[in-house]
Amino acid sequence: MTEQGTTGTQVTGAQSLIMSLESAGAENIFGIPGGAILPAYDPLYDSKIRHILVRHEQGAGHAAQGYAAATGKVGVCMATSGPGATNLVTPIADAYMDSVPMVAVTGQVPAAAIGTDAFQEADIRGITMPITKHNFLVTDPAEIPRTVAEAFYLASTGRPGPVLVDVAKSALQAMTTFDWPAEINLPGYRPVARPHSKQIREATKLILEASKPVLYVGGGVIRAKAAQELRVLAEMTGIPVVTTLMARGAFPDSHPQHLGMPGMHGTVAAVAGLQKSDLIISLGARFDDRVTGNLDSFAPGAKVIHADIDPAEIGKNRYVDVPIVGDCREVIADLIVALQAEQDAGNTGDFEGWVKFVAGIKAQYPLGYDTPADGLAPQYVLERLGAISGPESIYCAGVGQHQMWATHYLGFENPNTWINSGGAGTMGFAVPAAMGAKVGRPDATVWAIDGDGCFQMTNQELATCTIEGIPIKVAIINNESLGMVRQWQTLFYEGRYSNTDLHTGPKRRIPDFVKLADAYGAVGLSCDNAGDVDATIKKAMEIDDVPVVVDFRVFRDAMVWPMVAAGTSNDDIKYARDLAPDFEEDEL
Amino acid sequence: MTVHTLSVLVENKPGVLARIAGLFSRRGFNIDSLAVGPTEHPEISRMTIVVNVEESPLEQVTKQLNKLIEVIKIVELEDRESIERELLLVKVKADLETRSQILDVVQLFKARVVDVSPDAITIEVTGNSDKLTDFLRVLEPFGIRELVQSGLVAIGRGGRSITERTLRPVPVPVTAFGA
Repeated sequence: MTEQGTTGTQVTGAQSLIMSLESAGAENIFGIPGGAILPAYDPLYDSKIRHILVRHEQGAGHAAQGYAAATGKVGVCMATSGPGATNLVTPIADAYMDSVPMVAVTGQVPAAAIGTDAFQEADIRGITMPITKHNFLVTDPAEIPRTVAEAFYLASTGRPGPVLVDVAKSALQAMTTFDWPAEINLPGYRPVARPHSKQIREATKLILEASKPVLYVGGGVIRAKAAQELRVLAEMTGIPVVTTLMARGAFPDSHPQHLGMPGMHGTVAAVAGLQKSDLIISLGARFDDRVTGNLDSFAPGAKVIHADIDPAEIGKNRYVDVPIVGDCREVIADLIVALQAEQDAGNTGDFEGWVKFVAGIKAQYPLGYDTPADGLAPQYVLERLGAISGPESIYCAGVGQHQMWATHYLGFENPNTWINSGGAGTMGFAVPAAMGAKVGRPDATVWAIDGDGCFQMTNQELATCTIEGIPIKVAIINNESLGMVRQWQTLFYEGRYSNTDLHTGPKRRIPDFVKLADAYGAVGLSCDNAGDVDATIKKAMEIDDVPVVVDFRVFRDAMVWPMVAAGTSNDDIKYARDLAPDFEEDEL
Repeated sequence: MTVHTLSVLVENKPGVLARIAGLFSRRGFNIDSLAVGPTEHPEISRMTIVVNVEESPLEQVTKQLNKLIEVIKIVELEDRESIERELLLVKVKADLETRSQILDVVQLFKARVVDVSPDAITIEVTGNSDKLTDFLRVLEPFGIRELVQSGLVAIGRGGRSITERTLRPVPVPVTAFGA
């Protein structure tokens, strides 16, 4: 509780807002002041909450996401009305897609001016309706505390997500009483965390009957903090595990049961593991199109157990045999108890042939890449970065080729160490997300793995990092182009490279990332050959007082493999250009 | 495609209609008709939404609707288990010659004349969609000048109430919610 006052005190709406945020437990806010939110910045000046002044509201939103993803706490961002608020739209949409607990507070024009097209007016509540879990417009200052309490409750419970609180300037300026509610009552919101015991029994039965089961692990396992339980479940049954892009780190990459990431750029073993299974045990995953490929031919022989805290995800894309609504941690814990009881009674599944089969595929088609004769392999950079910085570091990525290489080659052992934009695919996510993660986990080494395209979208937050003492490290995987788009142009558009050349290469270097880092008060390093990679990374690791930017100038034509072309069947996976795996079905 | 009638109890708060309309358009669900009005509880409004979907999309519709925080309860009203009504106001051309014939139709359908002018009659009729369609078919030859129709409203048969127990508070203690 703040020294400003306690429940029942006469305060301004602005004071009430800051006191409410303090009472809700907010420790950090990423934001930028402006006209409509200005009253709130006055009490914020004296608050115990740390406000981090970002350079663009998009940076504030992604930073709040990074903070939330790294800590499991609610991330908070703040902006003014109109363009301030609309600049938050991308991070809000991103947080919605990836179920990130976040509260966005925006100023709104005075209540009397709402609807008049006033200066810096935008209907941000209307705009964000389809991309928030819920949102509020507050015009009565008395409603501020309850609204903030509800916002934090909604953001952090059930399926987490972004909640927007839009507060009219008139409500911030008016006098009110601060009354932090003892309880809230949302008649239409009763998330179910405890799974139904009948569904657990049905699921247990299916698991024991299966001969080719696979644990399909999604981001829900990370959000539910269920990595430990997952490991117990996997090890007691021996069932192979795949972790989606959002779940990387939920199960150790080094674990022999781990087949890797499934999907469009998944490993051959993970894709085949799902495709050829007879039972998919989906835990906090949502059968996204990037995982299933062509839905009609996805895992045709598999029954499905689908556990999710959001009932609407169950059966949305794929027919489900056993639906389980509940928190992943509770679901897995209950499955462990039920399966243990069966094991004690002598009932264990028989997956031996299957485990051998997928292990064979994993051995036969490991992740791999060609080392270019002349140039630096981006995959090698990430492999070394993961090895040197280690699995306790936090890695945030942008979107594109570097993201896929990072997720494959860094090597994850722990949950909440891989933070990226999965559902929305927001380029420019990495730098601000890393900033937020570093604020939440100042003890950890935090890397932003970025592309040269992504980096140019949000690198202004390096200024914030330098000034606020947030020493993140940025590894730019610089291939002088919008690499993933270029890869598609190579594969599907006869190499017609329309508008994908970014000119950040040796010929022009616009901008020069080393100089740019220097301009922001960060340390800029560069590396363009394999021999210098380790030394460069170690040098970056030694700097811990300012941000470091490493420009890894990599081989331009490196591509992301394996790949399932968009809209095609997972059966058509290629592990390198024009090379399809041979699964030797007879072994099954 | 089949038609389903959903009764949706929502918190009576600003913006709730926009949320529901937005959800339907965003998820690509078709609304045939929508009617909103107050209930016996001032803090609850009731929407009757007629959707035209297959079974499994219907499940998605109700699940997605249920995710809206301000949606309290959704009940699908089955044809035989409920009473459905629409209201129609129609302005029909009527001169001295046709007026009495039109009044016969009005009587036949238990409709009501609500306005008369030298060249037209305005009629009010309520009923289910079939009745209203039939009514319009019979009036058509006289010349329909204007018509306006309400969305469908429906209520379940029998003594049970869908609003019962929905107001039962389930308070949650406020702690620091993991911020």
